[in-house]
Amino acid sequence: MTTQKHDFAAPVQIEELAPAARLSLRVRPDHRAVLADALGLDLPARIGDRAASDGREALCLGPDEWLILAPEAADLIAAAAAVYPTAPHSLTEISDREITLHLSGPSVLDLLATCCPRDVGALAVGRGCRTVFDSATVTLWRDGPAVFRMDVWRSFLPHVRNLMALAEAELATGL
Amino acid sequence: MLLIHCPYCDETLPELEFAYAGEAHIARPVDPSALSDEEWRDFLFIRTNARGTHFERWRHIHGCARFFNAARDTVTDRFLVTYKAGESRPDLTVKESAE
Ligand SMILES: [Zn+2]
Repeated sequence: MTTQKHDFAAPVQIEELAPAARLSLRVRPDHRAVLADALGLDLPARIGDRAASDGREALCLGPDEWLILAPEAADLIAAAAAVYPTAPHSLTEISDREITLHLSGPSVLDLLATCCPRDVGALAVGRGCRTVFDSATVTLWRDGPAVFRMDVWRSFLPHVRNLMALAEAELATGL
Repeated sequence: MLLIHCPYCDETLPELEFAYAGEAHIARPVDPSALSDEEWRDFLFIRTNARGTHFERWRHIHGCARFFNAARDTVTDRFLVTYKAGESRPDLTVKESAE
């Protein structure tokens, strides 16, 4: 599987991104604002909405669940621990759980449509969702009309990459 | 493919993102040790098996991951309504007469 980074004629480009810190936050809605303050990051209440500041990103995955990305996890963990007595929550580092793929190119929606049952085109730019790719749970971040990030649980990655390679070959032949 | 409305995501999404999770509104006995064997069996295993409207639990497993309830017609497979976990069984006759 080659990364066609500079081949702008390619229908899709798939790259693995460098590892970054990833955290799973579970907190009840009453204490959401306290955690948002402590983390210095807005925690949007609507599922699929995202927030970003200082290189940190949050994606609302469920009514009491957020996925947080950051360059480093230690500061966030310490900041959250400091407010634990007033705002009970669970903040778990899951950096190693997933590998993030950067997907782009004019046929990226076709590539995703081969294995995602939901209408990925309906996901607005700047939003995200947890969904399924073939049988693997993935998190999709739509960064541009034809730019996505996809977090894939690492043990599913070979399966996902194989399916993508097949789809990529079909797209390249103009199918 | 069935399309299911998730009451938490407030989106109508393909069935493949969801998992079925049995009949809804089965309350766990307050004092299990006071139950006879027959009552415990009924709680664990005996279900409605409705022909028609069935209240059941679903989970948006590949999505918000939340459990919620749905009323589905077991004959037509049509979802009549979905609602959040913890909410009481909706009165479907009111809904029908309003339509
Ligand atoms: Zn949902």
